[in-house]
Amino acid sequence: MELNNSKAKRITWWQKNQVKISPWIFLAPGLIFFSIYVIAPIFVSIGISFYQWDGLSPSIYVGLQNYIELLDDEYFYISLWNNLKWLIFFMLAVPIGLGLAIFLNQIVFGIRLIKSLFFFPFVISQVVIGLIFTWFYQPNYGVIAPFLNLIGLEGFSILANENTATYGIIFAGLYPQIAYCLILYLTGLNNINPEQIEAGRMDGAKGFHLFWNIVLPQLRHATFLAIVVTVIGALRSFDMVAIMTQGGPYGYSNVLAYYMFEQALSEYGYRMGYGSAIATVLFTIMMFYILFFIYRMYRNEREDNN
Amino acid sequence: MKKVIISLIMMFGIISSTSFAGTLVINTDTSDAAPKEAFEYIIKKFEEENPDVTVKWNVFDHEGYKQSIRNFLNTDPPDVANWYAGNRMLPFVRAGLFEDVSDIWKDSGWVDGNLSENMEHAKKSMTIGGKQWGIPYTYYQWGVYYRKDLFTANGISVPKTWDDFVAACATLKAAGITPITIGSKYLWTTAGVFDYLNLRTNGYEFHMDLTLGKVPYTDPKVQAVFDKWDELVKPGYFLENHAALSWQEALTPMVNGEAAMYVMGNFAVAPLKEAGLRDSNLGFFQFPEITPGIPMAEEAPTDTVHIPSKAKNKTDAKRFLIFMSRADVQEEINKILGQLPINKNSSVKKGDPFLKAGLNMLNNAYAMAQFYDRDAPAQMASEGMKGFQEYMSNPDRRQKILERLEKVRQKVYK
Repeated sequence: MELNNSKAKRITWWQKNQVKISPWIFLAPGLIFFSIYVIAPIFVSIGISFYQWDGLSPSIYVGLQNYIELLDDEYFYISLWNNLKWLIFFMLAVPIGLGLAIFLNQIVFGIRLIKSLFFFPFVISQVVIGLIFTWFYQPNYGVIAPFLNLIGLEGFSILANENTATYGIIFAGLYPQIAYCLILYLTGLNNINPEQIEAGRMDGAKGFHLFWNIVLPQLRHATFLAIVVTVIGALRSFDMVAIMTQGGPYGYSNVLAYYMFEQALSEYGYRMGYGSAIATVLFTIMMFYILFFIYRMYRNEREDNN
Repeated sequence: MKKVIISLIMMFGIISSTSFAGTLVINTDTSDAAPKEAFEYIIKKFEEENPDVTVKWNVFDHEGYKQSIRNFLNTDPPDVANWYAGNRMLPFVRAGLFEDVSDIWKDSGWVDGNLSENMEHAKKSMTIGGKQWGIPYTYYQWGVYYRKDLFTANGISVPKTWDDFVAACATLKAAGITPITIGSKYLWTTAGVFDYLNLRTNGYEFHMDLTLGKVPYTDPKVQAVFDKWDELVKPGYFLENHAALSWQEALTPMVNGEAAMYVMGNFAVAPLKEAGLRDSNLGFFQFPEITPGIPMAEEAPTDTVHIPSKAKNKTDAKRFLIFMSRADVQEEINKILGQLPINKNSSVKKGDPFLKAGLNMLNNAYAMAQFYDRDAPAQMASEGMKGFQEYMSNPDRRQKILERLEKVRQKVYK
């Protein structure tokens, strides 16, 4: 009797808690790897930023020294400023992508082929795009050289000029990013409720009004997603900079992500502490944005549930 | 068969932590064709002379090696690894990862003649804290490569003094030719120009003091270097848009006859010849004298071999280093590399005027600089070269740049 009882008890414990425990069992592998490879490195990296370390010799604790040095570092401000430029001008990808999506969202012969051609930049690797645009910008014999000659800028090199280099890279970066936003909007347009448009038409809405008040609100999710990927793309812009200018001329097209790499891991770098300090600053900027993003998502979901 | 095995090992780049007696593990960054062939040759020769030793050779990608060496010296040390002289080896020496090999340099019984004598001019760049940390096996000269035909067409003879040099630039510029080509996208080319201007204006000792952080960048002597540099930059004697071009891309104007000179290392000769230049229209001259009476020191980056302090087979590693220091071995390696041997008793490939000129120049050199980014510590070098590039695009910012470099210097050499 007693034996039976204890057995029953054990079963009931599992049965009682099964619903609570099983999600954690399923989540466990993901959580473990996420903590080892994402969460833990964040703290380790913040920790390293308080040290002076070349990756070989023993590290020396320097407190806030790296951050103090950052405040006095011209190149840091240039990189920060360039990150801001990226954030602002990279956003152009969203309206341009939307415009192209609406243009392509029609049923004519061969539209599938044309759509796939517009997707193409997104398929090509960033590195390849960077290389191709570097050739485009090549002074004297690049593709755009004749146009520059027309406006009297003979032999002008976009990537070698401190005032234009960043814009040159952002422009190259826009090329695949527009395609990305275009894809997001095209799928969004597929999900638009035709009845609402019909109803709008009946009520006399047309042209811009129809678009602004009926189509765009229904694309809200696509817009949100497009902005999110574009902001993240702008903040982590690294590959384009690495391929096209390596932060040059003399550091004027650097962004935080590349500057961090340059200080910590490049041939002349190996200042792990300083690189980590830059990474921490970049992380903080991203964190603000990510928190806002999570808050929006949470709010949206609550709205949907209500 | 041996060659097949070596190339198999090479292909897979196997790094094994197990090693048995008589196995010598060598890691090199010789992924380019000529250096790879050179090492293939010497390893074969070493094995023939030392039948009791089996060499296990791992070839790393040239660029990737700079990262890998930091890992393998600690975690999976080979018995021999190649690297570079000067301050480039300082971090490894300081971290205790390279073995002190001063005894090879001292003991004349091991080598044919005394190493310290045969390689005397390279000893300084292998010495840190009064000890030697490796064996140099090849170097190459820097200087001015020029288009002979363009010089002749404009009635210019090879400049020996600074005034001649500046005058030659003026003549070329007036003839619509870019006097000096340069591609500074990857920064280091600017350091070649700076090094030579400093070596010629202030001399070797001052240059070393500067790269060792003993002199401020705001020193009047550094200002004097930039005064000389101004004479080239301000009239626009350097290629326009150099910041957008790699050093190879900057060869094109020279090949096309649009530019006449290039301050470069001897490795530029091969691509220039591939692009169609011949000994008849491509020449070399020593960077001209600036301050009369200052002994001529040259830029000669040196490649070296070292024994990691955690190596398992140090006995055979030492044998290999001694082998690498021998005159006949260095002669053979450098014939394949198309570079110059360090050992004074070696001769060079016949019929190559550039090597001959280089050997002449270096054997008579007062001292050898390793190049700015090997003589100065990494952080100083990277900021310095950025500064040089900015100066070459904006000579008016000189003061601001030098003040910034001085700030960096005070931080780096604390």
